[in-house]
Amino acid sequence: MVGELVDKDNSKYLIKGKQSNWEVVIGLEVHAQVSSNSKLFSGSATKFGAEPNTQVSLVDSAFPGMLPVINQYCIEQAVKTGLGFNAKINSYSVFDRKNYFYADLPQGYQISQYKNPIVGEGEIILDLPSGTKKIGIERLHLEQDAGKSIHDIDPSNTFVDLNRSGIALMEIVSKPDLRSPDEVNAYIKKLRSIMRYLGTCDGNMQEGSLRADVNVSVRKEGDINLGTRCEIKNVNSIKFMQMAIDYEAKRQVELLENGKSIDQETRLFDTKKNETRSMRSKEDAHDYRYFPDPDLLPLKLSEDFINKIKKNIPELPDEKKKRFIEKFNLTPYEATILVSDIETSKYFEEVVKDSDVKLAANWIIGELFALLNEKNLEITQSPISARNLSKLINLIKDGTISGKIAKTLFELMLDGDKDPEILVEEKGLKQKSDPKELENLIDGVIKDNPDKVAEYKSGKVKLFGFFVGQVMKVSNGTANPQLVNEILKKKL
Amino acid sequence: MSELTNKSLTELVSLIKTKELKSEDITKDFIDNCNKGEKLNAFVTNAFDHALDKAKNFDKNPNLDCLLPGIPLAVKDLFCTEGVRTTAGSKMLENFIPNYESTVTNNLWSEGAFLLGKLNCDEFAMGSSNETSYFGNVINPLKDNVVPGGSSGGSAAAVCANLTPATIGTDTGGSIRQPASFTGTVGLKPTYGLCSRWGIVAFASSLDQAGPMTKNVSDCALMLEAMVGFDPKDSTSINKKKENYSKNLSKDIKGLKIGIPKEYRVDGMPSQIEELWDKGKKILKEEGAEIIDISLPHTEYALPTYYIVAPAEASSNLARYDGVKYGFRSSKGANLIEMYENTRSEGFGDEVKRRILIGTYVLSSGYYDAYYLKAQKVRQLIKRDFDQSFKNVDAILTPSTPSSAFQIGEKKDDPISMYLNDVFTVPVNLAGVPAISIPAGLDKNKLPLGLQLIGKPLAEQTLLNIAYSMEDKINFKLDLNKWWEN
Amino acid sequence: MSIDKDKIIHTSKLARISLEEKKVDSLSKDLSNIFNFIEKLNKIKTDDVKPLTSILDHSLRARDDQVTDGSIREKVLGNAPNKNEEFFIVPKVIE
Repeated sequence: MVGELVDKDNSKYLIKGKQSNWEVVIGLEVHAQVSSNSKLFSGSATKFGAEPNTQVSLVDSAFPGMLPVINQYCIEQAVKTGLGFNAKINSYSVFDRKNYFYADLPQGYQISQYKNPIVGEGEIILDLPSGTKKIGIERLHLEQDAGKSIHDIDPSNTFVDLNRSGIALMEIVSKPDLRSPDEVNAYIKKLRSIMRYLGTCDGNMQEGSLRADVNVSVRKEGDINLGTRCEIKNVNSIKFMQMAIDYEAKRQVELLENGKSIDQETRLFDTKKNETRSMRSKEDAHDYRYFPDPDLLPLKLSEDFINKIKKNIPELPDEKKKRFIEKFNLTPYEATILVSDIETSKYFEEVVKDSDVKLAANWIIGELFALLNEKNLEITQSPISARNLSKLINLIKDGTISGKIAKTLFELMLDGDKDPEILVEEKGLKQKSDPKELENLIDGVIKDNPDKVAEYKSGKVKLFGFFVGQVMKVSNGTANPQLVNEILKKKL
Repeated sequence: MSELTNKSLTELVSLIKTKELKSEDITKDFIDNCNKGEKLNAFVTNAFDHALDKAKNFDKNPNLDCLLPGIPLAVKDLFCTEGVRTTAGSKMLENFIPNYESTVTNNLWSEGAFLLGKLNCDEFAMGSSNETSYFGNVINPLKDNVVPGGSSGGSAAAVCANLTPATIGTDTGGSIRQPASFTGTVGLKPTYGLCSRWGIVAFASSLDQAGPMTKNVSDCALMLEAMVGFDPKDSTSINKKKENYSKNLSKDIKGLKIGIPKEYRVDGMPSQIEELWDKGKKILKEEGAEIIDISLPHTEYALPTYYIVAPAEASSNLARYDGVKYGFRSSKGANLIEMYENTRSEGFGDEVKRRILIGTYVLSSGYYDAYYLKAQKVRQLIKRDFDQSFKNVDAILTPSTPSSAFQIGEKKDDPISMYLNDVFTVPVNLAGVPAISIPAGLDKNKLPLGLQLIGKPLAEQTLLNIAYSMEDKINFKLDLNKWWEN
Repeated sequence: MSIDKDKIIHTSKLARISLEEKKVDSLSKDLSNIFNFIEKLNKIKTDDVKPLTSILDHSLRARDDQVTDGSIREKVLGNAPNKNEEFFIVPKVIE
């Protein structure tokens, strides 16, 4: 059947067709909102969630005689982001008008960059289960975001909110180097991570600060030519992107294998039906009539300017990963996870300031992440602070508590980020390792369960666990498990 | 006291400063003239009550330490004036009342002046005869049924007929200089970037410039001084120190070199124009300037270049008029696209539609290279012509227009004939250099003809000085017989 | 160069201006004449000429990243032909 994946384990994503296997070629155009206080060409605020039309100036709403003035910080952010991709920064770039009509585009044109973008070619490295892969970046340019059209408040009217109109976007265009939904996931995560490290975009997809248009085409496995692609717009989560790619690739393969051709078109992903469909109303084959915006001058960046920004680039994920592996002796897997988000890496480095690295890595990647996922929290909202986690780890390392007790302690710490050292005292959770004390406890258990002892001695070896359990119960879980095992063995 | 309104702006300012005149008296007289001058149709909106209030307040507590104390001024209806309707001569903005003030008009009010009213103009500044305004034609005060020129036709007529002591217009292809020439008044287009464009209804962004329109050169210098200034809200605004054009006005032009471009001598040019041009050369020589023949070889390509670049930019600048945020919205239109199409079809006049279509076409896919890109290259050549010439001369003397004012309706059905009005003025906008038109004489129909002086970038003082010197020798007098008051 | 009716209609759609049938003919004539006039530019060679990107030679001026504007909803909505307290209101696009 068309669409079955082949070679999933072999890390090659192929669509099995009737006669041959098909490769999927994907390019992404990511729109990332620049983290700035004000908009790209006007002084309005950019905060998410403001009351409709309260972050709109006369310039944003395109009143007669209004003119754009560019935000210095947005230029710096774009250059910074480009440097994060090791990309070429263009010392000369031009802002062009992209002309089309829509209710949330008050000027009747969007100020964007067409032939001379601010950033040229670069690349990013993906961390995939099968290894690393370089994905080429074609370009990055600055452009205005559009406002919002709300269609579902009124049956015959659309309501327009221009708060978002004019916010700075960085459009990042990848080369068609991606080959699977998993790679797309890794690409977006890496892009997001780099920008969060740089502080140039917060990458919040739910709030719309990161969106992507996906270009999908297919070709027979081994073919080097590119097929006709379709663009899928307005997919606002990675999961939907993956589903859309999957559906679209299969749709194209089916068409081609039935002798039909692919129409180059723009499609939408229907999240209810899980399929892509053609956008019926199109702007006459998108004739945007680009021309340089005469209200602006070409942007010229000096070497000095670019170098100054370069100097202030913080350690980026790839570098940090290398350093974590070398300095902390982490495995590549552990390092990848810990550097993937800047806040996570900060948290980790805080914890390991004075506690064991391996334990820290395990606890963060294991218990802490599980907790955060369950409660849908970011690590910056972690109920347990780095300092207290560090203390917990030290308590384990020096034997004060057992690993099992640590888990209990972890739960107790959640309520108000309690200090584990204090909790240990309060709840009497110190690990009991005094052989005499343990012997007493064990003797007590043996005495209380004569029939079980008899059963055990008659051959039911499995009951050993029962005794261990009882000792644990009696000691409130604080008995040192190894010692209990040793002593029990002797006594039974 | 209607002789008050005959006085120049400079004189009025002087009389106010010496307290010989009150602002209220001046304002009342001008309002009186305006009311009598309704036939000219120079005004779209009057602000007479506002003006009288301002005048009275001024007289109570006059601040004389400014350039235009207590002076009422009407301005072209392309400048957004806060609280006062601004129409751009179009149905599209028929009821638009801006809640902001353009930088240039704000500069005027900061210098003590106040708004008298809004002056009629060709729709969205597109025209050379003020016959495309939604609010009707403006008539040339010098002769009934004759056009005042355009697009700042209402402005030129108002200055000519003493309805306002002076005014400001905008010039994209000649819209200040040509009507100045047609009405025997003075009009200056500054260097591109010298006056802020913020708050001026945009026509063609790389060509538009605001400029003074006055009775004489001295007034022009004074108005320019009040208008100019760096504006951080306009990315194309030049950051330069303000000059005292008025104080530094001088008739001494000895040793200046004036270029005469041979390409401006067009076939079939009326002999009167040649004569006036020669008269101008003679005067300059007498004043000690040197006349030098120069060549601006790409002059013949200026009009076609202009009629690609200007409509292209206009088609984009006028895309914001869509009935969504302000202005006219058609009552027809079941969906968004229909609403757009009907709004823009009903809201715009024919000339505007023509130019939007031209502009859209030359930018469209497949045509961009052949038209827009080509025009921008030719524009580079035109600018180079001026750059080259200015290495050898300080200014250039040409006629302002190829004819005097024509009859209303005479050129309406022939767009190209209308466009040819701008043949001498358009190259100036393409090159971004300053130019001034001063009245030089009358043709056989007793209608004025102007001479144009083109200057180096930011050399407005030199231009004004040359014009000042010539004006004195030409001694042109407007003969107003006020036929419209009957 | 002749600008035929189809081109006029296509261009008018791009420009979102509806044209009356009777006007299309005269527009076609007008525009054809104007384009004949413009065609003059073809006479001149410009292969080695860079297009004029700006008359001014200062570079693009940038402003500080401060919030200096907005919070003027009444002003922004005040002139709208159709609106409520919060939004601009327009007829729906047909999908």
